[in-house]
Amino acid sequence: MKPPGKLADTNRARLPEGGLIDRSRPINFTFDGKAMTGFAGDTLASALVANAVRLVGRSFKYHRPRGILTAGADEPNALVTLRTGARAEPNTPATTIPLFEGLAAQSQNRWPSLGFDIMAANQLFAPLFVAGFYYKTFMWPAKFWERLYEPAIRRAAGLGALSGLPDPDSYDRDHAFCDLLIIGGGASGIAAALAAARLGLRVIIATDDTMLGGALLSSTRDIADQPAPYWAAAAQRELAAFPNVTMLLRTSIFGIYDGQTYGGVERVSDHLPVPAAGMPRQRLWKIVAKRAIMATGAIERPMMFGNNDRPGVMMASAVSTYLNRYAAKPGARAVITTACDSGWACAADLVNRGIDVCAIVDTRPAAQNCAQQSPQFAPIRNSVRVFHHAAITTVRGRQVTGVTVRDESGQFHVLDCDLVAMSGGWNPAIGLASHLGGKPVWSAAIESFVMGCAPPGLVAAGAANGEFTTRAALASGHNAALAVGADLGFDSVLPAPPMASEELSGVGAAWSNPWSSGKTFVDFQHDVTADDIGLAVREGYRSIEHLKRYTTLGMATDQGRISQLHGHAMLADHTGRSIAEAGTIRARPPYHPVAIGVMAGHHRGEHFRPARLTPTHGWAQDRGAAFVDAGQWKRAQWFALPQDKGWQDTVIREVTATRTGVGICDISTLGKIDVQGPDAGQLLDRLYINTMSSLPINKARYGVMLREDGFVMDDGTVTRFADDHFFVTATTANAARVMQHIDFARQVLWPELDVQATSVTENWATFAVAGPHSRALLMLAFPHIDLSNAAMPYMGAGQYAWGTRPLRLYRLSFSGELAFEVSVPATHGLALWLHLMEAGNTYGVVPYGTEALGVMRIEKGHSAGNELNGQTTAADLGLGRMMSTRKDFIGRVMAARPGLVDPARPALVGLIPCHAAETIRAGAHLLPLNAAPVAANDQGYVTSAAYSPTLGHSIALALLAHGPNRHGEVVVVHDPVRGRDITATVTSPVFLDPAGERLRG
Amino acid sequence: MHIPCPHCGPRDSSEFVYRGDATPRRPAEVEAEAVYAYVYLRDNPAGMIREHWYHAQGCRNWIVVTRNTVTHEIAESALACGTSA
Amino acid sequence: MQPFSIFELAKQALSKHRGWQPAWRDAAPKSGYDIVIVGGGGHGLATAFYLAKVHGLTRIAVVEKGWIGGGNAGRNTTIIRSNYGLAGNEPFYEWSMKLWEGLEQALNYNAMVSQRGVLNLYHSDAQRDGYARRGNAMRLHGVDAELLDRARLRQMVPFLDYDNARFPIMGGLYQARGGTARHDAVVWGYARAASALGVDIIQNCEVLGFLRDQSGAVCGVETARGPIAAGKVGIAVAGHSSQVAQLAGIRLPIESHVLQAFVSEGLKPVIPGVITFGAGHFYISQSNKGGLVFGGDIDGYNSYAQRGNLPTAEDVCEGGMALMPMIGRARILRSWGGIMDMTMDGSPIIDRSPVDGLYLNAGWCYGGFKATPASGWCFAHLLATDAAHEVAAAYRLDRFRTGHLIDEKGVGAQPNLH
Repeated sequence: MKPPGKLADTNRARLPEGGLIDRSRPINFTFDGKAMTGFAGDTLASALVANAVRLVGRSFKYHRPRGILTAGADEPNALVTLRTGARAEPNTPATTIPLFEGLAAQSQNRWPSLGFDIMAANQLFAPLFVAGFYYKTFMWPAKFWERLYEPAIRRAAGLGALSGLPDPDSYDRDHAFCDLLIIGGGASGIAAALAAARLGLRVIIATDDTMLGGALLSSTRDIADQPAPYWAAAAQRELAAFPNVTMLLRTSIFGIYDGQTYGGVERVSDHLPVPAAGMPRQRLWKIVAKRAIMATGAIERPMMFGNNDRPGVMMASAVSTYLNRYAAKPGARAVITTACDSGWACAADLVNRGIDVCAIVDTRPAAQNCAQQSPQFAPIRNSVRVFHHAAITTVRGRQVTGVTVRDESGQFHVLDCDLVAMSGGWNPAIGLASHLGGKPVWSAAIESFVMGCAPPGLVAAGAANGEFTTRAALASGHNAALAVGADLGFDSVLPAPPMASEELSGVGAAWSNPWSSGKTFVDFQHDVTADDIGLAVREGYRSIEHLKRYTTLGMATDQGRISQLHGHAMLADHTGRSIAEAGTIRARPPYHPVAIGVMAGHHRGEHFRPARLTPTHGWAQDRGAAFVDAGQWKRAQWFALPQDKGWQDTVIREVTATRTGVGICDISTLGKIDVQGPDAGQLLDRLYINTMSSLPINKARYGVMLREDGFVMDDGTVTRFADDHFFVTATTANAARVMQHIDFARQVLWPELDVQATSVTENWATFAVAGPHSRALLMLAFPHIDLSNAAMPYMGAGQYAWGTRPLRLYRLSFSGELAFEVSVPATHGLALWLHLMEAGNTYGVVPYGTEALGVMRIEKGHSAGNELNGQTTAADLGLGRMMSTRKDFIGRVMAARPGLVDPARPALVGLIPCHAAETIRAGAHLLPLNAAPVAANDQGYVTSAAYSPTLGHSIALALLAHGPNRHGEVVVVHDPVRGRDITATVTSPVFLDPAGERLRG
Repeated sequence: MHIPCPHCGPRDSSEFVYRGDATPRRPAEVEAEAVYAYVYLRDNPAGMIREHWYHAQGCRNWIVVTRNTVTHEIAESALACGTSA
Repeated sequence: MQPFSIFELAKQALSKHRGWQPAWRDAAPKSGYDIVIVGGGGHGLATAFYLAKVHGLTRIAVVEKGWIGGGNAGRNTTIIRSNYGLAGNEPFYEWSMKLWEGLEQALNYNAMVSQRGVLNLYHSDAQRDGYARRGNAMRLHGVDAELLDRARLRQMVPFLDYDNARFPIMGGLYQARGGTARHDAVVWGYARAASALGVDIIQNCEVLGFLRDQSGAVCGVETARGPIAAGKVGIAVAGHSSQVAQLAGIRLPIESHVLQAFVSEGLKPVIPGVITFGAGHFYISQSNKGGLVFGGDIDGYNSYAQRGNLPTAEDVCEGGMALMPMIGRARILRSWGGIMDMTMDGSPIIDRSPVDGLYLNAGWCYGGFKATPASGWCFAHLLATDAAHEVAAAYRLDRFRTGHLIDEKGVGAQPNLH
C-alpha cells in the first residue's frame, strides 16, 4: 500500500466546510490498492466521491462501467469486495460501509482491471444479449453445454468472489420483547419513539445508520427552529436517557414473521477493522413486538433516458446527501432531470454549495409544476435554465460529459456537464409489509404503491406511508405512537410534535421516455433495459412474475427497490393496463441481504449441535477411547490399547474378553421411561404387540412397538417393579419419539387411563456387565445381593441399594452371554463404573464400546437400528409370532394389509461368506446365484455385517425375499459401489448359541 | 410463530413437535377401512385446522391448536387430554 | 413454432428483436376438449406436451388459476437427480433423468440442464451403509452411482469443514449425472412446445368444480371463465391437490407443507455441483447467475402460506455453516416458500382417481421439480391409454390401503417427517 498523498490531494472533491464528518480524524483506506483518505463519519462511497472517484464497478451482463448511484442501502452499482483474505466480503454496497482505518475495498466483476475490463467486449454482442437470449441458443451440440457454454457463462456471471476460506468471525443471537418496535430512525421514527418513550411504552427503535436521523442528516431544513441534523442528535440523546427505550443502531430489520416476530441484524463490528476480542461481527435479533411502526422512509426513483447508467448519473437525493451530510462534491457542473419537486430541492442544494447547475430538465409542463410556482425556488428559477415538459434523450461520454435534451418544442440541446441528478418521484419503502403476504395497493395520490393489508400489529408512518414531507412525517410518527399507546392502555397528554419548515411533496412520476436514445436501464445491476421489457411482452411474458423471471428485473441485490416499478409501469403500458392492474411484486425476506453466518449464529464447527455425554465420558476419554455419534450422544466406540494393531484388533480383543471373561459397557444412552399408575399395564398392552400387563413384578420382557401404520417403531424391554410401576427402555435413536408416542397414547388416544409417563433417560446411568464372569464380578461388587439363578433368573430384575444409593439390577443380555444391566442415578454413574472396574480387576474385566456391542448382537441375530429402519414389519424381523391376537394394539390393523403380510417380503436371515476370508458389507444387495445384476433380480440387502471373532469369519444379517425358507442356499452379495461380488450361504440369523444356554448360565 | 401452550403460555414453535390434523379419531372398532382413513386420509384444509402439537421441550403436553393454515393466525389452544391446565 | 438458434437470434437482432413471437399462445377456453389438465405448472404442461407429441392428441387444454409456472415450478431449488433407493421410485426418476438429458433438443428451448453432479455426504458407518444400499440399488437399475471416500472428497470439494466438524464427514454418494436445470425455462419450454402442437394454455382460469355426467363421471370442469367439457380431466396441482380433489369429493393421503429455499447474492463460481449435508438439513448448489441456491427441511406444520419462519431459516444456515464455513460472509438475497403436497409415504401418486374420468398427478413432496419430464410423460400415458406407465406403476393411490408403500425414509404415515 502506497502512503496516501496530502489530505488536500486525496480530498479533491471535498467541500471546504460543512457536513457531519469529523475533519480532525482523517482515515486512510484503499480502493483497488490506491491509497486515499477520508474522514470519520464518511461512508466508503462518500469518501470515494470526495476523492473524485467516479468509476466504481462493472455491471452484471454487459460489464458496463458504473459509478455510485445512491447514498443508501439499495445501491445497485457501487458494490465492492470489502476487506481481504478470509474476511473478504463480496458485493458490499460502498454506500453502507462506515469508513474505518485501513479499510481495503476492491472493485468487482472486471478483469484485468476496473478501467480496462476484457468482458466489456460483451457490449459488442449486446444486440444478441437481450433478455432471455440464453434460452434460445447454446443447445447444439448437447454435450457442449456442460463442457463449453456453461463454464463460460458461469465465469462471466456472479459479482464478487468468496475467499473460499472459513469465516473467521463469530456471530451472536439475541431475543427481545417490547411494546413497540420502530423500524427506521428518520423523522417519523424519531417522532414515534419520543412519543412512545414519554408514554412509558417499552420501545425498541432500530436504524440501519450509525445514528438516528435518516434523511434528516442530509437535510438543510429546520425542525423546531434548529437544523434538522442537530434536532436528530438532540432527540437521540433524549431517547438514550429513557430506561424504557432500546436503541439499536446499525441494525436492519430484515423480515417479519408469524407471531409478530421481527428479524434484525445488528452490525456490531462491521465499522471496525476487526471485531474487538470476544465480540461478534454481527448479531441476529429476534424481536417480538406487540406493535410496530414501519418508519422505513421512501426510495427515490430514477429517470429513464439513454445511458442513464453512466458514472456521473446519480439520484438527486444522493447528490444532496453527499453534499450536505458528507461535504463531498459528486460533480462540478450538474444537469437535473426530474419528474417532481425533489429535483429542484437538489438543484437548490447544489447552488447553495456553489456548484454550477446547468439546467433543470423537468418532465412536467410548466403549468403543472409546483416547484415552478413555489417562492422557495425563486432563486433557482432565476439562475438556472429550466426545460419544462422536456427530457434527456441520452447521456454523452463513457463517464458523463454532457447530455442531450429534447425540449417542449422538439428542439435538441447539447449541454456539457459531469453530473446528472435525477428524481423520478418516490416509492414508500414497504417491502417488509409484504413478508406475510400482504399485497401492495396503488395510490394515485402519490403515484406509487403503498402498504395494503398490514401484518398484524404493524402500521406505516411517514414517507413509508406516503407522507413525504418532514412536517408530515413528524406528525405521522407521533400520531402513530399515540394510537399504539392508546391501544395498549398508555394514555397521557403529550406536547404536539415538532414543526418542520415548509417543503414540497416530491410526488411525481415519469415511467417511460419516448425520446430516450441508447440503452435505457430499468434494472441497473442486472442490465435490464426498457427494450428488454418490450421484448418480454412481445414474447408473451406479460404477467409481472413472468416479466421478472424472464428479464431478471428486480432480482439484483437491491431486489428491484430502485427501479422495478418502472419496469412494471412499462409492462402495464405495453399491455394496455394501468399500473394498479398490472400490479407489483410482493417482497420476500430478507428486506436487505443478510449474511448466512449471522443466521447460523454460534452453531458451527463443534458447536453445530450440542453433544450429549454419558457419565463415563471423561473416563473413556482418559482411556483414549474413540467416540462415535449416536444421534446427539457421543458413545465410546472402542478402547484401544497400545498393543492393538488397528481398531479391528481392539474390537476382537473386547469381544473375546467379554465372551470368555467379562466386559462392561456404558449403555446409559438407551431411552428410559418410567410408566406409573393403576392403568399402566393396560396402556403398555396397547403400545406393544405383546402383552405386558401379565408381567410379574421384578421381571422384564422384550417388547416390540408398531407405528399405527403397522411397521415396527422400536423395540426394548419392559420391567415391572410394582403393580402400578413399569420401566420401559427404547433404543438410543428412537428414545424421544417413543416418549412422544407414549404421551400421545395416554393423553390423546386414551386419556381415561390413569397412567403417567416420564422420561428418565438422563436420570439413570446404566452399564451392561456381560460374560461368564459377570455374576462373580457383581457378587464381589455387591456382596449383599443374591444373584443366584434362583434369586435373579434370566429376565429377572430388582431394586436394591448400594450404600445409600438406589441400585437397580436387570438380568438382560444383548450380547448373548450371562449378563446383567446395572443402574444407579446418573450422578453416581461414574462412581459405579469405577466400582465395577475395580471389582472386575480380579476377572480381567475390559470396557467395551459400541463396536464390540454391535458385533456381539449380530452374532446373536438381534435386530438393531439397521433392521429397525422403519420399513420393516415384526414378521420381517422374525418377531411376527409375538403379535398378540387377543388384544388391540397400535398398528395391529394396518399390519394386516396385503403389502405387509406378503410372504415374499424380505425377511431376516444370516449370511456367512462361502470363502471364509471374504468380507460381507452392510448395504450390499442380494441376488440369486448366476443371476444378472439387474433390479429384477434384486432380492434383498445386507442390513448389518461384522467380523465375528467368535466364529473367525465375516457374518451378516440381511433381509432376503422368502429368506426364512432359504437357509442353506447360496446367494450373491452384490456391492458394486465398493467392490466385487462374493457368494454367501443363507443361515439362521442367530450365529451363536441358538438355544440361549450361555445367557441362562 | 408462537404456540399458546395452555400450561406454559405462549412459547416459540421450535419447542414443539408437530403431528397434524387432530380431527381424525382413532376408531374403537377394529375395522380396516376406518383405520385406513384414520391413519392416511386428511381434509388438509386451507383455512382453520385443529391440529396436534407436542410441547416436547416444555411441559410434554399434547395440545390441540386451532390455527389458520393460510394466515397462521391461531384462534385457540387446549390440552388434548381435555382437562384444563 | 419460431425456431430458436443462434442464427435466428442473429437474424432477429438485425430487426432489433421486433420479430419475436409469443412463446406460447395465451388461449381463450373453447367449449370442450378431449383432455383438460388442471394446473399450468411444469407437470401439467409436460403432460400436455407429451399427450400431443407422443400420443398424437390435439384437443388438449391446460387450465391455470394464475400464470403458468407460478407455483412450485418457480419455487424450488432446481435440482435434478435419480438417486433413489426403492424399486418403486428409481426407474421413474431415471426415466426423468433420461428425458432431462434430451430436453433442450426435444423442446428447442435451452432449459440449462446442467449435469454437474449431486453429492450426498455421510458422517457415520451406518449412513455409509445406507448410501451403499442406495447406490447399489441405483447400479442395479443401470444408474450411475459412486461411493466416495474422504480422500476423494477432499480433492473434489476442499472447502468443506473436515476438521472441526461436530459430525465429521466420512464420504459421500455421488451421482455424476445429477445436477440442476433452470426451473422457469422448463415451464416456458414445455408451454412453447405444447402450444406449437396445438395445446391451449389458458391462464387466469381457476377451476371451481367438476362437471359430472349421469353416471357421476367427471366430464369437464367448471372454471372462472365458464364450463369446459372434457373427455378426461387430469389434476396436476401439487401443493393444492387436496383442495382440487375435494371439489370432486375425494380425500387424499396428503398434507400441504411449506418448504423454504434461499438464494444468495451473485458470486463467482465456488460450488461445483449439488451438495447435501448428512448430519443436518442443508443442500446447496450455485446457479449460473452465481447465486448460492440452498434449502433444508420443511417448516413442519400444515401451511398454505408461501412463506416460512425464522427457526427453519436459522436451522438451514446452521447446516450451511457447519458444512462449509466459507459461506458465512455470503449474504442471503431472497427466500421463498413453496407449498408441498406431502404424502403419507413420501412418494407421489400418478393414478386414476376413485371418480371416473378424473385422474390424479399429486403428492410430489419436495421432489417434484426433478420429476417434471417423467411425471408429464407417465401422466400423459395414463390419460391416453388408461394404463399406468411401467416406470410409474407403483405410484398407485390404493397403495396406502394395500400397504404397498414407497417409504424411502422409513418414517411412516407422518408427512412432515418425509
